Amino acid sequence: MINVHIDGQRCKGCYLCIAVCPRKSLGVAAVLNKKGVKPVEFKKGAECIGCRFCATMCPDCCIEIEKE
Amino acid sequence: MSGNDAIAEGAIRAGCRFYAGYPITPQNELTAYMAEHMPESGGVAIQAESELAAINMVFGAAAAGARAMTSSSSPGISLKQEGISYLAGAELPGVIVNMMRGGPGLGNIAPSQSDYFQATRGGGHGDYRCLVLAPASVEEAFGQMFEAFDRADRYRNPVIILGDGMLGQMMEPLSVSPGRIKSYAKPWALTGCKGRAPNIIRSLYLKDGALEDVNLRLQKKYALMRRTEQRWESACLDDARVVVVAYGGMFRIVKGAVRKLREAGKKIGLIRPISLWPFPDRAFEPLLKKRLSYLAVEMSYGQMIEDVRLALCTRQPIEFLGRAGGGIPTEEAIIKKIKTML
Amino acid sequence: MEKIYAHPQSLYNVSSHYCAGCGHGIAHRLVAEAVDELGIREKVIAIAPVGCAVLAYDYWNFDCTEAAHGRALAVATAIKRVRPDNVVFTYQGDGDLAAIGTNETIHTANRGENLTVIFINNAVYGMTGGQMAPTSLIGQKTATTLKGRDPALQGYPLKISELLAQLPGVKYVERVALISPAEINKARQAVLLALRNQIEGVGFSLVEMLSPCPTYWGMSAQAAMGWIKETMIKEFPLGRIK
Repeated sequence: MINVHIDGQRCKGCYLCIAVCPRKSLGVAAVLNKKGVKPVEFKKGAECIGCRFCATMCPDCCIEIEKE
Repeated sequence: MSGNDAIAEGAIRAGCRFYAGYPITPQNELTAYMAEHMPESGGVAIQAESELAAINMVFGAAAAGARAMTSSSSPGISLKQEGISYLAGAELPGVIVNMMRGGPGLGNIAPSQSDYFQATRGGGHGDYRCLVLAPASVEEAFGQMFEAFDRADRYRNPVIILGDGMLGQMMEPLSVSPGRIKSYAKPWALTGCKGRAPNIIRSLYLKDGALEDVNLRLQKKYALMRRTEQRWESACLDDARVVVVAYGGMFRIVKGAVRKLREAGKKIGLIRPISLWPFPDRAFEPLLKKRLSYLAVEMSYGQMIEDVRLALCTRQPIEFLGRAGGGIPTEEAIIKKIKTML
Repeated sequence: MEKIYAHPQSLYNVSSHYCAGCGHGIAHRLVAEAVDELGIREKVIAIAPVGCAVLAYDYWNFDCTEAAHGRALAVATAIKRVRPDNVVFTYQGDGDLAAIGTNETIHTANRGENLTVIFINNAVYGMTGGQMAPTSLIGQKTATTLKGRDPALQGYPLKISELLAQLPGVKYVERVALISPAEINKARQAVLLALRNQIEGVGFSLVEMLSPCPTYWGMSAQAAMGWIKETMIKEFPLGRIK
């Protein structure tokens, strides 16, 4: 099981991570964060293969990935 | 030894371990001396690609904790002003030697004192001051290097040695006495953050009020310097009716003129500012009760006289004798001028 | 729990002032990751430029100094000469390195100073509001080239990396692009090599990063990545230059 932690408050909504996720597991949250943007979220029930593409692209270091 | 060589040797003995300079007459001997002798002391001497690079190398070396200096002459010092402002803003120590030549513009290579305003009013952008020392002999220039590096470290502030082409080229005997070097802890220096939080050297403060706070701290430092760093030499003030004020190379000629007048029984006194900033107001304080005439003599066109005027609270008559563009007031001209004031 | 991707120790866990999709964030992280990997955080001294990245010290967890605009490599030269055992690098934008600081850049490289340079090329002045940079492309619209950069009036994009590669004092120059996971991984390797070169005393090493500025290119973050890939790389080809 791989967990993707996204700091939704730090996310600026560039969505570069969404574009590079090979499993299309990232999406846009419905609720605005403190910066006033809809942050990226890990889709419910989606799968992560631990490729790190999202964390590699993220200009704001919002993403950490852990393997259980 | 020449003034330029003495300044370089004094700097090395005062613990200077980094020098960067760019050739310009009349201070080239200083750069050459550093290139030859700095490596013997384990220091670094770099002929920089420009004055801008040289002063910013001083910034880097100072940030890294080294005693650092650069030297130049008037047009080159103009180029360094941005860097000097950054040194002041980041509160880094550094020594800048200006062997002044005639200006404005490319001017000429004759001795001059026309960078007085630039040196004593900050020179670059922002509300800052440099400690400015003006040697009048080769021996004094040598000794002032110890003071300059000490004060730069003590106050974390740039210090300027303001000489002129005459002093730089002049050969005088020099008794090289071992100067005392106090070493200052520099916990703020960039050394790598082993065992401590990272150090940051900066002069940018964007948060509301932060830059004003920095400026107020600087002003406190300048106030302390005004109280403790005034230096001057005076002579024959007790019975004087005319007091002549001159500094640096100009003072040497003035001194000769005053000696001749005193030998002829004329009551002439002398004040030589050694620190130009802070200007030695205190030298004038005991005289303020008396009604005396003053004469400011400069190798510039009415710059130091403004500080004399301020020291006298503008209440006493002040006359001016000066020449610009590399001209030097002669002993005869000074004597003639003083006689008109008696 | 095994961290597959963890926040680098050399980067503070804070939000940056950069715009959404700005390449500086990626570049800062790559530098921090390389510093961590080499175990040199306590030996590093960084020089931040004037430009958008002037506040880099708010993000990097190691010693840093500002430098006057364009003078980062003069400052770096002195720091490295005074402290040869430290690892000293500059982080400079195109205006800092290739316009106002060209003289320092060329002469520091020509002296063969044992330094590392991270050069961010985003073809525009970001901090001051999107003016033409020395590296702006022909036809690129900026605040000071409203009809697009015209070579007859504003000259050509300056290929400073190719220029520097001519100098015998320069040991390593590579151009990378922060546009995809694969290219970013290449950029990480380039930063590692450029820092390792300094540690091993190889000499002057520079990594040029083509980096997006969505704000002043007037594009979305995704479109900015596409513009680098489709347009910018044609003028600034990727790969090892020296």
